[in-house]
Amino acid sequence: MFIRPFAALAMLGVLAAPTFADAADKPTDPQIAHIAYTAGVIDIEAAKLAVSKSKTKAVVDFAKDMLRDHEAVNKQALDLVKKLKVTPEDNDTSKALTKAAKAERAKLKKLKGAAFDKAYIDNEVAYHKQVDGALETLLIPSAQNAELKSLLETGLKIFQGHEMHAEHVAAGLK
Amino acid sequence: MRFAWLLPAAAVLFAAGVASASAETITVTIDKLVFSPAEISVKAGDTVEWVNKDALAHTATVKGGWEVMIPPKKMASRVMTAKDTVDYYCRFHPNMKGKITVAP
Ligand SMILES: [Cu+2]
Repeated sequence: MFIRPFAALAMLGVLAAPTFADAADKPTDPQIAHIAYTAGVIDIEAAKLAVSKSKTKAVVDFAKDMLRDHEAVNKQALDLVKKLKVTPEDNDTSKALTKAAKAERAKLKKLKGAAFDKAYIDNEVAYHKQVDGALETLLIPSAQNAELKSLLETGLKIFQGHEMHAEHVAAGLK
Repeated sequence: MRFAWLLPAAAVLFAAGVASASAETITVTIDKLVFSPAEISVKAGDTVEWVNKDALAHTATVKGGWEVMIPPKKMASRVMTAKDTVDYYCRFHPNMKGKITVAP
């Protein structure tokens, strides 16, 4: 009932390759923590932009759901790294994600009305898909600490849920 | 007929007593985005109570029907009717799914 494996791999090839290519070496736990946190922050930033720009209730509600969930998850992540005495470490994957997100926000800022709604939601679908792929193939298998792994596994379910939610909203916009 | 007023009150008490004696509360726990048990069987008049252990808000939503909001670390409930044999999902995380069957 999830995404067909081959379609998911194809998406990964298209979307994840440019951003996650640098992380061919296994990331360390401090790097994984940083990547996961950064992925959340990026979606929070996009959501804030949507709340301020969109006039469509379904889009604003979706963005508020993203804000609420990712803030809650990132708080859990911060609590965990504190408990584990791990200092999140910036890395090429985090930098590439942040850079791509900045470009996407700049693109979104220029749009208005229905064009903004569509671009924001389409990007939410693509972005969550990309993060799902990274979590499944790279971050979860690389994580050493059991609690970090478990948090990432829950994170994967949240991101997969958001992807479906975004697809529902996208279907409603057409 | 000084005590006539007691009769309706007694009738109400009796009816309430009968209802609460047979109606049950069925608990569905939500942990890490999973409803468990995912499938439950209830009788009309039973209460389904969702206990949310996650730090996230969830819903129990029936497409085209009712919705129960389940705040983070809280519980929420709904009394089921004879018509509530339904599939439900979480509107925020539609990969979360559950099923309720109302037994006759
Ligand atoms: Cu949910």
